[in-house]
Amino acid sequence: MQEILKNELSIEKSRPGRRGVCFAQTQKQAADYLPAGLLRKSEPNLPQLSEFDTVRHFTRLSQQNYSLDAQFYPLGSCTMKYNPKAYDVLSALPGFANAHPFAPESAVQGTLELAYNLQELLKKVTGLAAFTLQPAAGAHGELTGILTARAYHDTHNGQNRTEVIVPDTAHGTNPATANMAGYQVVNIKSAPNGCVDKEALKAALSEKTAVVMLTVPNTVGLFEPEIKEIADLVHSVGALLYMDGANFNALIGLAKPADFGVDIMHLNLHKTFAAPHGGGGPGSGPVGAAAHVAPFLPHPIVSLKNGQYTLADERPESQNRMKAFYGNMAVVIRGYCYLRQFDKDMLKTIAQNAILNANYVRACLKGKFNAFFDRNCMHECVLTPPDPHTTGVHTSDIAKRLLDYGFYAPTIYFPLIVPEALMVEPTETENKEMLDAFVAAMEQIYNEIQTNPQVVKDAPHNQPVKRIDEVSAARQPNLRW
Amino acid sequence: MFIPNTLEDQKIMLAKTGAKDIKELLAQIPQEFLYPALDLPKALTEQELSAHVQELAAKNKPLKNFIGAGMYEHFIPAAIPALSSRGEFLTAYTPYQAEASQGTLQTIYEFQSCMCALLNMDVATASHYDGATAMTEAALAAHRITGRKEIVVSTLLHPHYKEVLQTYTRHMGITWVEAKVTNDGVLDLEALKAQLNDQTACFILQTPNFVGHLEDAQAISSAVHSVGALLVAVVNPISLGVVQTPGEYDADFAVCEGQPLGNPVSFGGPGLGVMTAKKAYVRQLPGRMVGIAKDKDGKRAFVLTLQAREQHIRREKAASNICSNEALCALNAVIYLTLLGPKGLKEVAQLNLERAHALAEKINAKSGFTVNTKTPFFNEFVVQCPIPAAEVIKKMEAKGIAAGYDLGRLCPQMKNCLLVCATEMRTPEDLQAYVDALGGI
Repeated sequence: MQEILKNELSIEKSRPGRRGVCFAQTQKQAADYLPAGLLRKSEPNLPQLSEFDTVRHFTRLSQQNYSLDAQFYPLGSCTMKYNPKAYDVLSALPGFANAHPFAPESAVQGTLELAYNLQELLKKVTGLAAFTLQPAAGAHGELTGILTARAYHDTHNGQNRTEVIVPDTAHGTNPATANMAGYQVVNIKSAPNGCVDKEALKAALSEKTAVVMLTVPNTVGLFEPEIKEIADLVHSVGALLYMDGANFNALIGLAKPADFGVDIMHLNLHKTFAAPHGGGGPGSGPVGAAAHVAPFLPHPIVSLKNGQYTLADERPESQNRMKAFYGNMAVVIRGYCYLRQFDKDMLKTIAQNAILNANYVRACLKGKFNAFFDRNCMHECVLTPPDPHTTGVHTSDIAKRLLDYGFYAPTIYFPLIVPEALMVEPTETENKEMLDAFVAAMEQIYNEIQTNPQVVKDAPHNQPVKRIDEVSAARQPNLRW
Repeated sequence: MFIPNTLEDQKIMLAKTGAKDIKELLAQIPQEFLYPALDLPKALTEQELSAHVQELAAKNKPLKNFIGAGMYEHFIPAAIPALSSRGEFLTAYTPYQAEASQGTLQTIYEFQSCMCALLNMDVATASHYDGATAMTEAALAAHRITGRKEIVVSTLLHPHYKEVLQTYTRHMGITWVEAKVTNDGVLDLEALKAQLNDQTACFILQTPNFVGHLEDAQAISSAVHSVGALLVAVVNPISLGVVQTPGEYDADFAVCEGQPLGNPVSFGGPGLGVMTAKKAYVRQLPGRMVGIAKDKDGKRAFVLTLQAREQHIRREKAASNICSNEALCALNAVIYLTLLGPKGLKEVAQLNLERAHALAEKINAKSGFTVNTKTPFFNEFVVQCPIPAAEVIKKMEAKGIAAGYDLGRLCPQMKNCLLVCATEMRTPEDLQAYVDALGGI
């Protein structure tokens, strides 16, 4: 009985006549204000629940989630680090939450000042000349960045540049972004050491190249040691270097992208800057640009004129806006809080401990789950399981078995160049005991693979549902009640 | 503090890695770039940070708000933030491991269902960034489906939505034209018919339109479909408690800014892009969708599905590059609709009608100010002022009122036009205060 109740949809719990909220009675009906042809004909099939029913329903649903607050979440490239509670409280202050985007600017100086200050702080940690806080997520930032590059080329180089070069280790969003921006995607293979193959890059570069998109550190968790040479190559053909900054947690305080020749980059405030992920957003993907590209960033950017903060910036070369209004302010506020709570030395310590934690896990699991590139990594390591052809146990099985041990799974089957990849990013906010417990679980799974592989292949065993047949959902999609 | 590793821990961990010090782990970063100068402010304690940020929040003036123009202040029942701020929702990632993410997945399925019910459409996605980007992606889908390259929009489409559409499409060989409007502030149907042709991929209809008027969606829909084009409807979700739905006038895609459903205005972000469509177009939709699957015991389970449309599988051939969306705002919206149910939704919509119409009448009674009450509207309308709207706004601000949106920002001919909104948040006393303040101008 309990089990059935737990899995009911809200609409299945619905009973006609129940409700959670009432509003003041009106004297007239909708038909008194609107012509009959404009009225809604049938009632929407929404659930009818009391407030308490609703609270219990969603509370129970929340309990069927793994979350960072409760579990270790070693999801590579996602930077699941602790999100300080103060930021949640401060981002929800009524002064911010009730600020209307079209209110007179004199009435929203607090919001604008905060946004301006964050722009300035992001300039400092990256060395870039300007930032826009408008993009709503990382991929949205990528599109903003590539369209900014496009606007730059349209002005400086005509419209003959048609290609964007993307290494095979890039996030899937990179090629999809380049395509959305109207460019042809040129994929290049990585060198055997996991870094950019400079010869392949040289061969791909031409006067048709608009942008080279590079993730730094890359998705196998390695820094490009020849980044400066790569930047020079890119610039030598008149192209721009775009840095996907999703992994900036490994670099903050340690290096500034502008120093090694990055022209445009995005950051993920919901990764490096400790904003929570919310089950898949909202995020925030600010985009920065070097001085020669900055005029082409989308408007608006907050500027300071005669002691007043304003969105009325004068950048005639700016491309149009990327979304309505400004940016995801509730996330922007958290990013600002982060950069005010940690100074230069603390940021350095943060990045170094992110790197130390990843290397510690890598070292502890060596011999059982070896790193695909067996050398020191940055903030994440890409591990591989014992040969599945021999064991019959795949990475997907290991991921599900980890859930049984109380850990969320690493990012799996990514990057694509690593077969059966397990991409582990512990972040700096996990303590050694947690890392040791994770290592112990992985070792236990390793032993199970040798002695009782079926228990791994049948996992998970203790989750709200057993292993899901994902194909069954796509066959005859049921996407709504 | 933020870093739990003690120095002792760090020593043990370093030894395990075989590195003699932390710098050895950083050897991949060329020496010339390592440890750059960084001129950052002094670190604040939580207490100091809290005081500092509260001070910034206090620099925003708490005006009585009569501005809508795409972001609407509505009542947010306390249960919404209480539930959605639970760490189990707030600090979860995108539900990649479905078995350990059933909570988030089921809420998204319920969100999709509520959006389909509200807009009267077949399918909905897990969410998009905001109304403007959802609309733009719907237009791009229409372009892919029809193979046509012209997009027609109403002149009275939200100006930011127009800009976003232009940003996304200008390099794609897509052209777009604006359909004219009448002096009554609605679409000129005859002019629209002349502009639609066999090259039109879609018409983007916003109703209520940017100046608050409800359009004759049924007639527009017929005209659009008669040339084989698709109809993309942009709506106000609260209005759908009483106003005809996109499904009723046969829209092919229907989108909205979902912020009014339980989310604060928050200076315009995060928004909540709601994206719905006819079933036939489900594989053209961008972004995540949750569907029902079975676990290996045959039990109902929820899972991300139809992922072959998405960037992590299709890379450059994906329908869109979208990855993170606005899941937490979607959670707020589904809790909102679950609390209200069909009755509550109708009530709040009627209350919006009543308050806005009451205000319009009161303003009309003021000499010098006129409102066109002949054209049907929901909770927003245009006031013709005797002086420029910008001046009215300034004077009202001094009286603690955010008077509206200055339509002169769009075109100089409308410089005396003020776009005013009254939701259920504006009490009868607030309405009286508004007209009293106007009287002093």
